Amino acid sequence: MCGNEACGEGAILAGCKFYAGYPITPQNELTSYAAKRMNETGGVFIQAESELAAINMVFGASAAGVRAMTSSSSPGMSLKQEGISYMAGCELPCVIVNMQRGGPGLGNIAPAQGDYFQAVKGGGHGDYKIIVLAPSSVQELLEYTFLAFDLADKYRNPACILGDGLLGQMMEPIEIPSNLVPEIPEKPWALTGCKGRKPNVIRSLILAEGALEEHNKHLQAKYGQIKAAEVRVETLGVKDCDIVLVAYGSIARIAKAAMELARAEGLKVGFVRPITLWPFPETSIAEIAGRAKKFLVVEMSAGQMVEDVRLAVNGRAEVAFYGRMGGGIPTEEEVFEQIRKLI
Amino acid sequence: MKKRNKKVSQLASLPVRQLEPANRPMVRQAHHPSDHPERSRGAGQPANDSLRLGRPLSLRDVENHYCAGCGHGIVHRLVCEAIDEFGIRDRVIAVAPVGCAVIAYEYWDFDVTEAAHGRTPAVATGIKRVRPHNIVFTYQGDGDLAAIGTAEIIHTANRGENITVIFVNNGVYGMTGGQMAPTTLAGQKTSTTLTGRSIRRDGYPIKMLEMLAVLPGAKYLERVSVHSAQETLRAKRAITKAFKMQIDNKGFSMVEVLSMCPTYWGMTPLQAADRIKNEVSTFYPLGVIKSC
Repeated sequence: MCGNEACGEGAILAGCKFYAGYPITPQNELTSYAAKRMNETGGVFIQAESELAAINMVFGASAAGVRAMTSSSSPGMSLKQEGISYMAGCELPCVIVNMQRGGPGLGNIAPAQGDYFQAVKGGGHGDYKIIVLAPSSVQELLEYTFLAFDLADKYRNPACILGDGLLGQMMEPIEIPSNLVPEIPEKPWALTGCKGRKPNVIRSLILAEGALEEHNKHLQAKYGQIKAAEVRVETLGVKDCDIVLVAYGSIARIAKAAMELARAEGLKVGFVRPITLWPFPETSIAEIAGRAKKFLVVEMSAGQMVEDVRLAVNGRAEVAFYGRMGGGIPTEEEVFEQIRKLI
Repeated sequence: MKKRNKKVSQLASLPVRQLEPANRPMVRQAHHPSDHPERSRGAGQPANDSLRLGRPLSLRDVENHYCAGCGHGIVHRLVCEAIDEFGIRDRVIAVAPVGCAVIAYEYWDFDVTEAAHGRTPAVATGIKRVRPHNIVFTYQGDGDLAAIGTAEIIHTANRGENITVIFVNNGVYGMTGGQMAPTTLAGQKTSTTLTGRSIRRDGYPIKMLEMLAVLPGAKYLERVSVHSAQETLRAKRAITKAFKMQIDNKGFSMVEVLSMCPTYWGMTPLQAADRIKNEVSTFYPLGVIKSC
């Protein structure tokens, strides 16, 4: 099964009943998989006329109380940002998959990680956050897509799977965990028709003086809860290391291999993989920064996550960066070479 | 400029009304034919006394924010009357637009969601597909439907979504200060066409129903107006028919309502009504554009 299909199966296992999407490489297998599986499981699949329409169809399905998802790749994600901002403002849950490709503009269809800022800083307008999960294998694409639905519903907030073209296209065997039971809460806020209750209204337009600030305070308090409860991070060899590699997603696997090369040569190299990019594992990194001397952040971008690492390290260690852009994928030897330079 | 200032001050007073609609004194919808003094006793009576004379159950008992002579209040009421007559208030899910009717949910007493500007039919599509037994309608202005949301309305109609669209065409962007709309008539002065809409510079006014009529997915398309009592009754029949189409699972239905915007037409309400009769409805012909 390829990564894109694993995402689709994770969604089906999570009880997703609505998918709307628009073709874009390198995530098309997910759209096709959703078309097939929604049909088989009694869900709804719509090939939308645009990414704008797709995210807004998801808005509608979510407002009606149904688990809903859309997927795209970088240029399409730019178009979805409007809808994501509205959904965050309206506190509507949904899952959005972004299999990143090279940019800016039309770029290319090779893997890249240039959408980190867009995903974790809030790519649309206004003060909002979405939960961002960064799987690094096909198995994780399935499991974290499943998890993303539970988190989205738990916090009434959009959640994003930030992958890349490499992960989406990669074929790996997967095992469907036997304990995957979705936690779908009651949704008394959903639009179902007002039979037996007062009418529900879903909106982000809040005009009364001071009321929008109150709404924002409520959102920020919710984001605080997410930060306190939902950080996920993988660490390896960070107890006794001089240099710490930090990478997420597909490239984290390359970084991990580079760490093993370094360890084989007796270098004390540790490894940190943020699994949630927002909330970012800043506490873990800050704690490691108390021991390690240097950090090396590796990304397929000009340097985006490295800014969050620097904020977490807060000057207590040196933070170096190695990045490839526009679809360039570093080898483990190249990363190892960068580690040597820091010694 | 005076008129614009007035509009701004009305908008500025919105929040107060939003905060405590229940505490506001009951003020009936203005400018509806039933507001005639002889009929005013109907307003306070139970809605089941007479839909025509009383307030529809689906219409909240609150003051509205629309300008004097605006057609939105009438169209809101007609929609609510149709919903009540079918007894579907508890099945309805409405999608409100961005534009003057952005807070329609303050007036409607059923489930409503907002939508991003123009994405209204996409949101309605999502709702209707997962809740096919609910009655889903969008309420959109000409900027929402015929400019920023053109792709969404065309493809929603083309998919034959079983929803109802109420399209209020007043030929101007009212919420933002009277700019040219896609439906602004040639020569019409707006805040962005100071010497009148120039076909050469600004293109032609769009006839959305005629455009949509070529799509097999569009099943019922009618253009009506609310500039007189007689036309308002016709509008009511068209809106009722459009909901009936959806109830009978017949597919996409849309009613375009020509509506007055005295504020940004620079006219009195009566002049604005006359303008629809004499000018607007000659370019946008009233009647059934398509029915199948």
